[in-house]
Amino acid sequence: MWTWFYQLASPKWFYQFSNKLLPWFRAATFILFAAGLALGLLFSPLDYQQGNTVRILYIHVPAAFLSMFVYVLMALSGGIGFIWRIKMAHIVSVSCAPIGAIFTLLALITGAIWGKPTWGTYWVWDARLTSFLILLFLYLGFMALHNAFDDRKTADRAAAILALVGLVNIPIIHFSVEWWNSLHQGATISKFEKPSMDADMLKALLTMIVAFQVYFVTVLLQRVKAEILLREKLSGWVKKLVTNQ
Amino acid sequence: MSSPLWSLVKREISVVLRSQSEFVYPLAFFIIVTSLFPLAVTPDPVQLAFLAPGIIWVAALLSILLSLNGFYQADYEEGGLEQLLLAGVPGSSIVIAKSAANWLVTGLPLVMIAPLIGVLFNIDMQANWVAMLSLLLGTPTLCLIGSIGMCLTLGLRNGGVLLTLLVLPLFIPVLIFGASAVQAASIGLDYSGQLAILGALLILSIILAPHAGAAAMKISID
Repeated sequence: MWTWFYQLASPKWFYQFSNKLLPWFRAATFILFAAGLALGLLFSPLDYQQGNTVRILYIHVPAAFLSMFVYVLMALSGGIGFIWRIKMAHIVSVSCAPIGAIFTLLALITGAIWGKPTWGTYWVWDARLTSFLILLFLYLGFMALHNAFDDRKTADRAAAILALVGLVNIPIIHFSVEWWNSLHQGATISKFEKPSMDADMLKALLTMIVAFQVYFVTVLLQRVKAEILLREKLSGWVKKLVTNQ
Repeated sequence: MSSPLWSLVKREISVVLRSQSEFVYPLAFFIIVTSLFPLAVTPDPVQLAFLAPGIIWVAALLSILLSLNGFYQADYEEGGLEQLLLAGVPGSSIVIAKSAANWLVTGLPLVMIAPLIGVLFNIDMQANWVAMLSLLLGTPTLCLIGSIGMCLTLGLRNGGVLLTLLVLPLFIPVLIFGASAVQAASIGLDYSGQLAILGALLILSIILAPHAGAAAMKISID
């Protein structure tokens, strides 16, 4: 058990391991997306107030959920890499950042598209919207800082510290933004006021959340593989791999 | 206050005060930026009083951001920072000393000058006091959080712009509570909650920021 766990820290082993995993995750992504989209677009009922607009939810909610999840994963693996100086943990952390940023952007855009017919405007300075915008800034800061260093090891460690500082700050930002909004204007449109969810809708939503999770793992493994090749390009096994193919 | 830490603070202050007039820039920036708003938005006293808390706080936040560089960059480039670390001074003490000096040289004058800006913006006496109090509690937090960002970007070429990108999102809670305390005071509501949270944020950042800053400083100097 433990040797298996330790092996994860070796880039070569991780590369081969993710090669074995990837086909399964790719297949699972396709199946789950097909199922989730069919359930969401064809077999789930209309909302009695929002009509078809509610179907944006099946993209919006999983994206929002994952954007926070990915940040936590990024910060924790960055922290692990920082404390125990594990190369693989940094690689995972760095690979998480662009994916998380895209999920955050997707959540913001789908939210805006959903907001126009529902709230009558693309953007409201609502607590959730604002804290997601800040989350996007945190992602961008992480990537910008990592890009700014010439030396990759220094970049890894500096970015890990920033991610951890951000992790401490996210709850504070979230609650401060929530409080700020409730101070200025009453809860006019701030909360998703929906009737308790229909069972079919819930089924579709949960399928989509799992589909997004699996999709995230697939893309993450792919990015990690590329990052490993980039970083280990001078090592023997990578040269062999490249010349053989 | 232990004497080694105090001597570090004194060193920082004297270094900055001797660097010509640079330490006055953030203060001048604060005054000029705030005086731009009546020109850009409206000279109407009622609306200005409504906007004042936000303007004062955003300007204070930006001038703190502007002041950070003076405390780190030259010290880093000339090797003073490295010497201090080599001499066995803990990184966290350096961060605390620099933040304290930064606050004494930049933050405190901002707190003093804020009531004057408040008068220019037509906010009442009570709100003016609260503006001072909220800045008194909030600006040290900004100095501490800013020092983490500063330590992370020490050796970088475009550090200044990057610093802004890294640090501004982290400043947001302080901005929200600082400005909303003044806002609440100006419309006669209770503002003690906001000030309490600003105090809590200050304590939290005093505990955590020096360690994060020290870790970042070691990476930059390695």
